[in-house]
Amino acid sequence: MTQVSIDIAAGARAPSPYVPRMARILAAEQMTETERFFRLQAEGEAMRYEPGQFVEVMVFGIGEAPISICSSPTQGEAFELSVRSVGVVTNRLKEFKAGDRVGIRGPFGNHFDYAAMKGQDVLFVAGGLGLAPTRSLIRYVMDKRKDFGKVTILFGAREPKWLLFRSEVEAWQKRGDVDVHVTVDRGDASWKGNVGVITRLFSKVAIDAPRTWAVIVGPPVMFKFAVLEALAEGIPEHRIICSLERHMKCGVGKCGHCQIRGIYVCREGPVFTYEQVKRLREGI
Amino acid sequence: MKILDADKLPDLAAVLAAAGYRVVAPVRDGAQVRMAEWKPGLAIDAGPIPANSVKEFLFPRCEVIARYSLDGDSFAPQPAPVDAPKTAVLAVRPCDAAAMVALDKVFNWEYRDDAWNARREATTLVALVCAAADDECFCTSVGGAPDARLGADAVLRCADGASKFILEALGEKGQALLAAAAGVLADGDARPDPPASVPVRFDSKAVTDWCGENFESPLWRDLGLACLGCGSCAYACPVCHCFDIQDEGTRSEAVRLRNWDTCGLALFTQHSGGHNPRPDQAARWRQRVMHKFRYFVERFGGLACTGCGRCARLCPARLAISQVCREIDEARKAAAK
Repeated sequence: MTQVSIDIAAGARAPSPYVPRMARILAAEQMTETERFFRLQAEGEAMRYEPGQFVEVMVFGIGEAPISICSSPTQGEAFELSVRSVGVVTNRLKEFKAGDRVGIRGPFGNHFDYAAMKGQDVLFVAGGLGLAPTRSLIRYVMDKRKDFGKVTILFGAREPKWLLFRSEVEAWQKRGDVDVHVTVDRGDASWKGNVGVITRLFSKVAIDAPRTWAVIVGPPVMFKFAVLEALAEGIPEHRIICSLERHMKCGVGKCGHCQIRGIYVCREGPVFTYEQVKRLREGI
Repeated sequence: MKILDADKLPDLAAVLAAAGYRVVAPVRDGAQVRMAEWKPGLAIDAGPIPANSVKEFLFPRCEVIARYSLDGDSFAPQPAPVDAPKTAVLAVRPCDAAAMVALDKVFNWEYRDDAWNARREATTLVALVCAAADDECFCTSVGGAPDARLGADAVLRCADGASKFILEALGEKGQALLAAAAGVLADGDARPDPPASVPVRFDSKAVTDWCGENFESPLWRDLGLACLGCGSCAYACPVCHCFDIQDEGTRSEAVRLRNWDTCGLALFTQHSGGHNPRPDQAARWRQRVMHKFRYFVERFGGLACTGCGRCARLCPARLAISQVCREIDEARKAAAK
């Protein structure tokens, strides 16, 4: 029998997108009971990415999970992830610490269109772990602050103990060139801030709708109500931006897991405008 | 004209095997006829429509796509070489051959899938003009025909009252196969038998149009209630191509596997966090029909169904996509009146 054997790694062929490369964990920190922060450096050539993209993180012999990049390329060659421990892979990642290695595929997907937002106001609305993908753009905007108009951040979580990047958010509040409001659904003994759902924060901020982009990322129920608020403020549908979560597997528009109707979220998403999302149904 | 006696398919298989081909052919397996790797001594039965499609010989049910070995705290991912033996598929049905053309589109938009392309390149499809069809066949409703040539590299056609086959090459791969098979082929004349008659059961364009307007149809709920969610239809389908990526490992070694998967299974879109964007079987049936008759058309300009009817033959709940399409077409016509 003639065997036509093709070595994917050989010759001019592109490396297989199904095979991860190694990344070393530079820093790891437990942010909440279930969310763990990682700063990673890809081995070999640095990973180039854009705000809003995601990677597949692989634990040896266990498998992969799709995770949003929560850092901005303006921060340097390393990249950061905020991982919620909910599945087989992410629960194993909870044990990983600085110096350990994981496999990385990607980055995959489209990204936040920061070029279109240049010179305009940006309103960020992030709920819970939705701050992770949002932070990639927040950090980008912070690092290029003079390129953007007024920047407003609304951030909410169920309880104070679930607030991510707490000290960083406090630092944003102190900057003076960013309007930051934080709320929790239920306070605790030490909580002195806002209590209530995130949509209540809209009344605290002044929005110049014709020049504002709204970036809204959070659980489905939060997204629905936050979009209504943004629309009520007069922000047009094509300037309301979200990032959708799906169980992406292959990352290259083949395996079908992330499909919403005919859209492959891993290629044509995860960033969409509300104008696109409302037509996708099933999307949220 | 190249002629082969009707009982000489095993001879054709043998000469191709001797010429270095892996030969895949319809082989009797108990009560079923299945497309399987042919070995000397196996009878070839080109009569019934094989229970499985040819898909698995180009896109295996399970394949190793990468290997890892652990070395200290590091592991070295290595792409697995693609196993793409030179293959001749004998008596593949025209619906299956057409399906491979649909899969070419999936595996070559954006990232060009090396494993698929290597196997496709190494495979010669010898289509068999269907001389008979059953009640589940509906190729003529989705742009095919019992004697369609799309995707075929050569064509076998029954002739002289099923006593002979005419073998005709359609391209370079087909010509190479005919050259390799010269020893068992005779020159001569024969009268081709008429192809099977497959009635048009519905208007696929009407189904595509209907799908664009009926995301919320009660039809999905009805189908979802009847469906057991077993996935047989997708695994039997020559065009279904969804897959899963799984890692399996020991303490020192691991492999990455690509396995068939399907949107009909409840866990397909399930998030680890609990959210499932397609929470019920109704949503999954909608995705299945919409993908085949609407979304695939929008992206690739063709249907993701070639009318083989296997989904209906295998379904334990006796759900048939052709019947669903017929109902859609009829409902549309009734609404238009």
